[in-house]
Amino acid sequence: MATGHDDHHHGPAKGITRWLYTTNHKDIGSMYLWFSFAMFLLGGTFALVIRAELFQPGLQFVDPNFFNQMTTMHGLVMVFGAVMPAFVGLANWMIPLMIGAPDMALPRMNNWSFWILPFAFALLASTLFMEAGAPNFGWTFYAPLSTTYAPSTVTFFIFAIHIMGASSIMGAINIIATIQNLRAPGMTYMKMPLFVWTWLITAYLLIAVMPVLAGVVTMMLFDIHFGTSFFNAAGGGDPVLFQHVFWFFGHPEVYIMILPAFGVISEIVPTFSRKKLFGYDSMVYATSSIAFLSFIVWAHHMFTTGMPLAGELFFMYATMLIAVPTGVKVFNWVTTMFKGSITFETPMLFAIAFVVLFTCGGFTGLMLSIAPADFQYHDTYFVVAHFHYVLVPGAVFSIMAAVYYWLPKWTGNMYDENLGRLHFWLSFIGINILFFPQHFLGLAGMPRRIPDYALQFADFNMISSIGAFIFGFSQLLFLFIVIKTVKGGKKATAEVWEGSHGLEWTVPSPAPYHTFSTPPVVK
Amino acid sequence: MANKADQHQTSLGRTVAKLGLAAAGMFAFGFLLVPLYDVFCEITGLNGKTGGRYEYTESDVIVDESRQVIVQFTASNNAGMSWEFRPMQSQITVHPGELVEVKYYARNPTGERMIAQAIPSVVPFKSADYLHKTECFCFTQQVLEAGEEVEMPLLFFVDRDLPKDVSKMTLSYTLFDVTQNFAGKGNTLSAN
Repeated sequence: MATGHDDHHHGPAKGITRWLYTTNHKDIGSMYLWFSFAMFLLGGTFALVIRAELFQPGLQFVDPNFFNQMTTMHGLVMVFGAVMPAFVGLANWMIPLMIGAPDMALPRMNNWSFWILPFAFALLASTLFMEAGAPNFGWTFYAPLSTTYAPSTVTFFIFAIHIMGASSIMGAINIIATIQNLRAPGMTYMKMPLFVWTWLITAYLLIAVMPVLAGVVTMMLFDIHFGTSFFNAAGGGDPVLFQHVFWFFGHPEVYIMILPAFGVISEIVPTFSRKKLFGYDSMVYATSSIAFLSFIVWAHHMFTTGMPLAGELFFMYATMLIAVPTGVKVFNWVTTMFKGSITFETPMLFAIAFVVLFTCGGFTGLMLSIAPADFQYHDTYFVVAHFHYVLVPGAVFSIMAAVYYWLPKWTGNMYDENLGRLHFWLSFIGINILFFPQHFLGLAGMPRRIPDYALQFADFNMISSIGAFIFGFSQLLFLFIVIKTVKGGKKATAEVWEGSHGLEWTVPSPAPYHTFSTPPVVK
Repeated sequence: MANKADQHQTSLGRTVAKLGLAAAGMFAFGFLLVPLYDVFCEITGLNGKTGGRYEYTESDVIVDESRQVIVQFTASNNAGMSWEFRPMQSQITVHPGELVEVKYYARNPTGERMIAQAIPSVVPFKSADYLHKTECFCFTQQVLEAGEEVEMPLLFFVDRDLPKDVSKMTLSYTLFDVTQNFAGKGNTLSAN
């Protein structure tokens, strides 16, 4: 547990070794963010292959097996490669700055938890070049599709998941240890910024469920290679058991991807409304309630597996209950904006879009939670539209909002506001053209994960694909804006934003390599 | 000052140890879900899982003549299984408590020796606990030589405590090809 730093060494090392050996939370945060952006582009490329194939009915570009590999890899790369590491990157950069800590509590483990990630994804992506092809059983990898009927590359997938899981668990331990032990004097729990609060709760969720994911892939490994029958019905196992164990991980996982987003939005909305956040305490309690409820709703993904009526009812009502704390949050954000002197800089635009579109995704979630209706929606594009509305204009927009919000603090330069707004509007319009028609497709009965479809779905699919290309290519503009800001631009002040508040705005911009070597005192 | 730093290190170490233990505990919990699920299914009859071999006792002999239950039989092959597999009667009407025998037919049409395992399931799920098998071909694997056929017996009775609203139940068998699993092994494993 060596946290000791060479006190005579103040700047970063030179060359590649700076990045390989770094234990600095800012360096590691930047690496996480760049890595996640690379994965975002990779996963986005897979998505564009899917949308290109679905542009018209019939098979144009890829064969069905490769199409299935694309849907699988898109899901895995976006969930484990883009969204989760991006939030860990933000946590690395911002949590020490927000609580007045000199660095993360376990800097060496921090280095390790980042550097094993590229290996995990290299392992996963390498399957694309193997004869058996990449995993093709969907990102949810239901057994027996992922065991008895899986391509031989499934073993690479299993070990990639193990490594990602180890990385996430180490990251989570580090974040909890930092928040519990390194807060500046006077920074009580109920004075912590909400981003820190939501990450604290997220980290507990990670520690609770990532080991279960590791367990389920280990069971698969045993079934495939060592002749056990966890999920093999012929040997006395049960494929439905797989779904229970998977979703015991999977449902908290969706909150792992959205709780930090709630934290980001709770930082940005007050800044640009020039008001204090409305209902800080209720935000903390709502986040905790959501985290608790996330453990007792998993079987709503499995309404059609033949559950007893009592089970359907329990999971239906428990799921609907989540709308209450989520509603509290949305109410608080809107009330924070109410009568505020709002300005619409890029982070605020993304934050407002988040509130509106995440709520849309929440409402379709409520529709899906109704067990009898779910029998109609199950495995259709309605589900695809639902979870993309909460993940893309939800989690991804919040990450973009966070990048624009804190980029001046990281680089010392202001980003180009006009380009930022252009990026926002292209993304906002693109995303709605992309995902809104998918609601109609799903309600009309188009199943998900198919490379070809009946003719009546053609128009909406074409519209959706056009939106996909608009959204996809406008992310290159995002890359351009970030690089341009790193290279130069109008110098940012320490406060950066007129309405900003919190410890991270008390250090100069760009934030020096070492900050808060002597802890600040919080009143 | 050094003392304070030491204290800090100890509390940090304690936090990390606790969290590491929690992660390890959750890994174990993932595996614990497997037996928990089996127990849960057994208690609730979820998934239509039937029990293993039922030990027939004196108290089971009493037949409830006042009630009749229809038991239907179905058979299906799992994907890739090539055997001919069907029940020899599609349904029978029984009194609860009455011990009856029915037969399933299986034939291996291929040119290879094959091993199969039948897996039962009962609907409605809540009646699964009330169908007791005293003898079943599903308790062992079936080994058939190329072209061989067999009539397989099933002895069962319906429990007298079967819920009153159940008048019809369906017993379904799915046949799995397990030849690969037993390649090179002479013995057989027992499953439900």
